[in-house]
Amino acid sequence: MIDINESVMQFLLAFVVVGPLLGAVAALLPAPPGLKGKSPGQAVLRHGVTVTGAILIAAIVLALGFDSDHPSKMQATTDISWIPALDVRIHLGIDGISLPLLVLTALLTFLCALYSYFKPPAGGSPKAFVALLLLLESGTLATFAVLDLLLFFLAFETVLIPMYFLIVRWGGEGRTRAAWKFILFTLLGSVVMLLGLLLIGIKAGTFDMVALATDNGRPLTASVQVIAVLAIGIGLAVKAPMWPLHSWLPEAHTAAPTVGSVLLAGVLLKMGTYGFVRILLPIAPHGFHTFAPYLAAFAVVGIIYGSLACLALAKRGAKGDLKRLIAYSSVGHMGFVLLGIATMTPTGVNGALFANIAHGLITGLLFFLVGGLKDRTGTTDLDALAEETGAALYGKAPRLGGLLAFAAVASLGLPGLAGFWGEMLALFGAFEPAAGLSRPAFLTFMAIGAFGTLLTAAYMLIVVRRVCMGGADQEVPELADVHGYEFAAWTPLVALTVGAGLWPRALLGLTDPAVHQLLAGGTR
Amino acid sequence: MSSQPLAESLVQSVDWLAVAPPLIAAVVALAVLVADLFLPEARKAVLGWVSVAGLALAALMLLPLLDGHRSTFCVDRATRACSYTADHFTLVIQFLVLGGALLAALLSVTNLKDDEQRVPAGEFWFLLLSSAAGAALLPASRDLATLIVALEVASLPAFALVGIRHGDKRSSEAALKFFLSSVTATAVSLMGVSFVYASTGTLYLTQVAQRLTHIDGQLHTLAQTGVVLTLVGFAFKTAAVPFHFWVPDTYVGAPLPVAAYLSVVGKAVGFSGLILVTVVAFPSYADVWGPALAVLAALTMTVGNVGALRQQATRAYSAVRLLAWSSVGQAGYLLVPIAAAGYAEDPQKAIGSTVAYALMYAAVNLGAFAVAALVGRSRALNRISDYRGLYATNPLTALLLAFFLLCLAGLPPGVIGLFAKVTVFSAAVDAGLGWLAVVMAVNVVIALFYYLQWTALLFRAPEGEPARHHVPAPLTAAIALTGVLGVALSGAPQLVLRFAATGLF
Repeated sequence: MIDINESVMQFLLAFVVVGPLLGAVAALLPAPPGLKGKSPGQAVLRHGVTVTGAILIAAIVLALGFDSDHPSKMQATTDISWIPALDVRIHLGIDGISLPLLVLTALLTFLCALYSYFKPPAGGSPKAFVALLLLLESGTLATFAVLDLLLFFLAFETVLIPMYFLIVRWGGEGRTRAAWKFILFTLLGSVVMLLGLLLIGIKAGTFDMVALATDNGRPLTASVQVIAVLAIGIGLAVKAPMWPLHSWLPEAHTAAPTVGSVLLAGVLLKMGTYGFVRILLPIAPHGFHTFAPYLAAFAVVGIIYGSLACLALAKRGAKGDLKRLIAYSSVGHMGFVLLGIATMTPTGVNGALFANIAHGLITGLLFFLVGGLKDRTGTTDLDALAEETGAALYGKAPRLGGLLAFAAVASLGLPGLAGFWGEMLALFGAFEPAAGLSRPAFLTFMAIGAFGTLLTAAYMLIVVRRVCMGGADQEVPELADVHGYEFAAWTPLVALTVGAGLWPRALLGLTDPAVHQLLAGGTR
Repeated sequence: MSSQPLAESLVQSVDWLAVAPPLIAAVVALAVLVADLFLPEARKAVLGWVSVAGLALAALMLLPLLDGHRSTFCVDRATRACSYTADHFTLVIQFLVLGGALLAALLSVTNLKDDEQRVPAGEFWFLLLSSAAGAALLPASRDLATLIVALEVASLPAFALVGIRHGDKRSSEAALKFFLSSVTATAVSLMGVSFVYASTGTLYLTQVAQRLTHIDGQLHTLAQTGVVLTLVGFAFKTAAVPFHFWVPDTYVGAPLPVAAYLSVVGKAVGFSGLILVTVVAFPSYADVWGPALAVLAALTMTVGNVGALRQQATRAYSAVRLLAWSSVGQAGYLLVPIAAAGYAEDPQKAIGSTVAYALMYAAVNLGAFAVAALVGRSRALNRISDYRGLYATNPLTALLLAFFLLCLAGLPPGVIGLFAKVTVFSAAVDAGLGWLAVVMAVNVVIALFYYLQWTALLFRAPEGEPARHHVPAPLTAAIALTGVLGVALSGAPQLVLRFAATGLF
């Protein structure tokens, strides 16, 4: 949009990746004089807000300086040799696919830091919290910005340790088990993924994603592609998560602190789907072609399974946990994303990328709201909240209730909000999958997926019915309504959900040319 | 051969510069032993610092050799039949051995001071330096006899080191266990060497390699048996399964710095010997030792990691036990590229992965042992549960230990650990050893569990009265040195990984 010097852009991108890392180290050091604040805890939480804020500003400037007339072109690229022995290059760059994810990550982390500043997480020291949050941000941002397979793996692994500690130190009930499940599942997946990445790198002679994508799988034999896609796909599918490899997700979400849940759902899951689009589609198209129908099948099973699990949790007397319910709904939503990718068509992949962002915004908001609810009522158990008639949030805290209803309705895919377009495009893609994929099979998947949207609507409306509505009980004290800082943290998400719903072109205009190019043969 | 003029082969000119690193260590060892007789009790501490300086000097003497083309004790230069060669492989391993011994010596300075009554200082330093001299000689040896002699020079003092504590039953028992099993392994090795000699008629590795390709059909079985038996002695030193059973008890029984020494230098001796005999001497038998080492690697890492997993945090000496078992697991990773060399077109590149991994492992494992030595000073039982809340009392030490453990696990922020594992994986994938890579992948996940469990414990709130550990200067130096190495390598992994890209011989 605005013209920014290329070397400034390069610097900004490098800063976005490295800045949080330096910030994390700085967070561990004692505060310099003059920045001590009221207490050490407050000072370090403020440090977190400052650093994530600076990163967000850098990311926004990056987005403004991004040449949106050529979103398929890699921009702000840096390419320096780091480990010649392994042929690892620090190759950074952004295009229309990675830019939205980069901004989303910077935004969500900033909102989390802001939220934690006013509502410090109970548990360990704020110092460690901020350091881990920043390390996590660095890893996620790096995942979306790097263009080297081994660097991608490094970034992919970087998020494990901070997320583990966030859950285990600041989490709720069952956190130890949940944290172990999270880290062991993801690590097993990603080590298998490493084998696939190495196979590609060794057989093709380079780890550079751009070069590999331009080759479009030509230097790789069919069997290499099939093995590599299987290995990498497993790693990414654990992260995404794809049914039946999702079982770590509900536990991790239930146990994680609010901020951890927001980042886990909003950003970490996207690393998996991003990998599918960025690595598998262009680099091993033949291998992906082989597995696409299976991926699509697993995806729709995930959609139905996630919805049914949510319906079961939302039932009266099921002792359903709201956070667990949203986690299962994530499994369903990510199913749509995977279905879109599996169609291997521009429509489907665009839909997948859109749904990715939409899910990040909406589910991030939902977890924030449920976290807020838990702070007020002390529970996320649906039965305990709703009791006999319903929690009557509309009556007790009308703004909170309204926001929750808004997020739920956005999540079920109401047209005009962000959740709608991605899932619709993914289903559209399945209506006419890429040449060579079985159309009847994908039509079936589309039908099942469409049925899944109905189920999603059903359980979301049940949740709204049980949490927001209900008999107004005069004796029950009113709950505190939305605080100022909560407004500050949540409003951007609401605004973007509405914005992306009303003007999807802003996002699709960025992704569409890049997707076309990825599918046709690499990035220039 | 026999037509060579006798005088020329007998009167050899010695390249003193080339042999300086092991020689200095040996000379200083003798000097310390003699000086011990004349020094008054109060000034025995000097011996420690003399030894540290000697090791540092020996390591410095590697600098003039950096071009890597020296060899000495040659019978015939034309066929490269030399007993001692200082090529790049030798230099890297010598650096690893001498550096490792130096760090172990730094740990020992404090340990001896704390344990004054029970450990005789002069003998201790003599034994440590002699063993280091042997270990530094081994990678340079290019004939089977020198190789076995170096192996023995490195091992025999180690037995004594393990059992050096007066009146410690556990210590003597560990030494005996270590001694008996090690001697058996060396004897088997020696028999293998004799078989190989019988079938080829030479001891020089390069000549063995040439002659093994066209030996008599009748001698084929003999040579094959010889190759396998020779490997046994070195596999024992590497602590590969099934030669690993001595490790946990020996590590617990030995003084902690000696355990650290064995875990790094002992292993370096084992795997550099293995590399020399497999890749240099027996390349034509790759179809025999390749699969054998692959199976050995898979077994070793699995047994080691499962053993480490089973350690209970509250059991006495569980920290050292865990490090011992984990070192068995790590030995498995070290063997993977050597096994891959049996399949690969370019075995040198695969070997480089082992060397790179060993360098990373040496730095961070010694770091972990240094912190264990620190905690062991105030908590003699050295249980893993004693590390709970270390961050509250010694934040920097706790952060460094966490870093070392994550490097061993191979997860960021331990970047160097991650990339060292990547090179090992890539050697396996490159050689088509997919199954071994998958076994290793599962092992990495198992290993993460116990490493991370320990790491997480460091940051938990301390139980009871937290006792701040006082850190003496030599320990500080050791922890700082390994810490700086680990962090520097994480920023610039190329420093060690470059060995994985180029030929070392």
